[in-house]
Amino acid sequence: MAALAKKQEATAARLAEMAVPSGGQWITEAREAALARVKGMGLPERRDEYWKFTRPDTLVQSEVAEAATFETGEAPLFDEIERLKVVFVDGVFDAAQSDDLSAEGLVIERLQDVAGADIHWAKDLYGKLELKGQDPVQRPLAALNTAFASDGLVIHVTGKVSKPVNLIYKHAETSSDAILHHVIKLDAGAELTVLENGPAAARFNKVMEVDVADGAAFHHVRAQGRDHERRAVTHIFGRLGTESVFKSFTLTVNGRLTRNEAVLELTGDDAVAHVAGACLGDGDFHHDDTVFVTHDALNCESRQVFKKVLRNGAVGVFQGKILVKPGAQKTDGYQISQSLLLDEDSQFLAKPELEIYADDVACSHGSTSGAIDEDALFYLRARGVPKDIATDLLVMSFVAEAVDEIESETLKDSVLARLEGWLERRRD
Amino acid sequence: MAAIDQTQVKEGVDQETVDAVREVGGKYKYGWETEIEMEYAPKGLTPDIVRLISEKNEEPEWMTEWRLEAYQRWLTKEEPDWAMLDYPEVDFQDQYYYARPKSMEEKPKSLDEVDPKLLATYEKLGIPLKEQMILAGVEGAEDAPAEGRKVAVDAVFDSVSVGTTFQKELKEAGVIFCSISEAIREHPELVKKYLGSVVPVSDNFYATLNSAVFSDGSFVYVPPGVRCPMELSTYFRINAENTGQFERTLIIADKGSYVSYLEGCTAPQRDTSQLHAAVVEIIIEEDAEVKYSTVQNWYPGDENGKGGIYNFVTKRADCRGDRSKIMWTQVETGSAVTWKYPSCVLRGNDSQGEFYSIAITNNHQQADTGTKMIHLGKNSKSRIVSKGISAGVAQNTYRGLVSMHPKAKNSRNYTQCDSLLIGDKCGAHTVPYIEVKNNSSRVEHEATTSKVDDEQMFYCRQRGMDEEEAVALIVNGFAKEVLQALPMEFAMEAQQLVAISLEGSVG
Repeated sequence: MAALAKKQEATAARLAEMAVPSGGQWITEAREAALARVKGMGLPERRDEYWKFTRPDTLVQSEVAEAATFETGEAPLFDEIERLKVVFVDGVFDAAQSDDLSAEGLVIERLQDVAGADIHWAKDLYGKLELKGQDPVQRPLAALNTAFASDGLVIHVTGKVSKPVNLIYKHAETSSDAILHHVIKLDAGAELTVLENGPAAARFNKVMEVDVADGAAFHHVRAQGRDHERRAVTHIFGRLGTESVFKSFTLTVNGRLTRNEAVLELTGDDAVAHVAGACLGDGDFHHDDTVFVTHDALNCESRQVFKKVLRNGAVGVFQGKILVKPGAQKTDGYQISQSLLLDEDSQFLAKPELEIYADDVACSHGSTSGAIDEDALFYLRARGVPKDIATDLLVMSFVAEAVDEIESETLKDSVLARLEGWLERRRD
Repeated sequence: MAAIDQTQVKEGVDQETVDAVREVGGKYKYGWETEIEMEYAPKGLTPDIVRLISEKNEEPEWMTEWRLEAYQRWLTKEEPDWAMLDYPEVDFQDQYYYARPKSMEEKPKSLDEVDPKLLATYEKLGIPLKEQMILAGVEGAEDAPAEGRKVAVDAVFDSVSVGTTFQKELKEAGVIFCSISEAIREHPELVKKYLGSVVPVSDNFYATLNSAVFSDGSFVYVPPGVRCPMELSTYFRINAENTGQFERTLIIADKGSYVSYLEGCTAPQRDTSQLHAAVVEIIIEEDAEVKYSTVQNWYPGDENGKGGIYNFVTKRADCRGDRSKIMWTQVETGSAVTWKYPSCVLRGNDSQGEFYSIAITNNHQQADTGTKMIHLGKNSKSRIVSKGISAGVAQNTYRGLVSMHPKAKNSRNYTQCDSLLIGDKCGAHTVPYIEVKNNSSRVEHEATTSKVDDEQMFYCRQRGMDEEEAVALIVNGFAKEVLQALPMEFAMEAQQLVAISLEGSVG
């Protein structure tokens, strides 16, 4: 217990440097409660079991490590897609670069504006799904976000929205420290696609709480910025109603440190939740996918598909869990985490977990790690394909299973094009 | 076993499987108690108790010091709480740390001098201590023909070793097989060299406790190039109430040797829980091979979860030499709480570690068990096959680690863990840790019946079997393969387990 007291002490000292933003009564209550949570559990430390494979110190400490911005000359992802653009620069909403936020079937508000109100529907969600996601595993960085986030979007989706909402996170200052908190509420039968891209800041802490009502569908495609030195911790908390759909895909090709947590709870029967990710890491790259799916209803389906291609000392981490609660019969849970290590220095660390309290379920998980298949490489080279191109072809086929989780063909194509571009740049 | 009888079993689970689990976890056959006059050390754990244990075992000064140091370390350690186990706090001061039958006060010089009551106890357990040809596990073993298999037994009753059979014959082969207390007196140079070298004194809470208070256990040394002429076996019996059993086993297989070692254990049926914290250390040198098999059948507690043994065990094998090999096979059917991770440190190049486990939990039993495969040497290979079966309101967890060190080039691991739930009140969990730090090694982890080998599947389907039938056939064959890894002596238990198929299992 002495360890916890020490941790709490260090946390209190760190938090004293930060100020909880001011706002209306409802949000002040939510922020104060979250602050008390962080103080109670303490900020993550290296010895914490949930941070076994990833060092949290740079995400927690006072000073932000500098990160230079990086230009590839490539057009930003999703540029060719018709969408509603919302731009944040270093974690601050930029109205001038953004589109008009009004659109059919949804209401988009800024957290800052909503926070000033005495009462708002977001009261029932802001920090609430995050709180739910703290049990059984603590996620102090998400609570920290709830307490200190001053910007973000509050989106209410009432119908089927045809145009995706594209959140673009621009990075300008070399030592920016951004905290963003989005709340998305989908009414029964509503549909929304959210696209996210950009490096955001030198250090980025983002939480997205998504409430998917009965029969609603939420699609999420994200590409995490190209800046080599950025560090990011993100959380998605999702609650799924009956016959709802939640699909999320993340592409990560750069960044010194990335920790993406997805915490999904299937509370209505026949819900479907897919979380997928592809990451290509080169050099000083540490990427951590931590997923926790809770089945608490009948006949639900969940999939976790993660592919990691690593080289030059890159580190890939996967911590996945399927929890099937008593009574969640006919659950179909699937989990796969695979890594392709392109050289001797790279590492893959995984903990694919199952916790099952219902007997009529089909849950499976697989995890593999290894080098590129020499036979396949030989086959391609025997047919005149140069070695580097053959390798890239095999890399593309390796990540394909994860990219296939994206439902929209247009989005899938743009992600694949981005992957190819990345490989091509590294070919010489 | 009411729990299973009333349970609605989901489709796809064989009645045969349910019956087999019922049989295995059924009425506890070894719940009786031997009435024998015992001598206890006072309750609780203090440096004086540690000294007393050392004194009773007539240990040299260095051993007493070793224990006292462990005791001091233990005081600074915290009980681990990361396992998926839920049990009332153990009061370590409310235990007897030493209990021995009064009749053992004067060490019997040979088996003929051992108290007949003790001999009868082991007889009743089916462990004959008379030196004769035996074929354990088969009725009427005493009349077995002369060409029957020989098994040397070291019988441990509460805190002391009662006797070891076939010592003379083993000695002729150069094999040392005796109680660890005897080894400390007779072979101090070996004990000094190896004790604590695989499981260090401060390894974990329970191992440290064991280091301070272990009272007896077995010692095996197989000299270079010797193939141990018979199976070696230890039988642990807890008899006294409120007494913890802390045994220590040390096995050394020198260059090019081979030994197969069996371990069995039982305890009387009681309302209060009892503590068992053992340490097993195995050292395997170049080209040597050790096979370690356990049928763990401690008293599991009653249907309402009252009583039962708390089993906190640290087992580790160190494959030091090149081409050394360890094979752990465990059948875990007993204990109220099991905390056990037989591990392999694959230090030598081309060394090999195997772990086969069947864990059956029923009623209120809880098991958190698995293995660690730590690959350090080049071309090292490991294989993990774990089957967990849960019934009643039991919880069964597989927890394992596969670690490929950067230098362990071209290493290979294959892990498969399946679990089966019988009834909707129990739980089955999998917590594997995978750490790969080089790219020439391959690690595969899978946990599902649908991932049966595609070629075998194709073969069966081609011959007209439907998918389910084919899966059942392949998986059944697979379970048998695991059970066949058990030596003959466990044939009886194994036979019951063969009936367990893993159809309808969840990964």
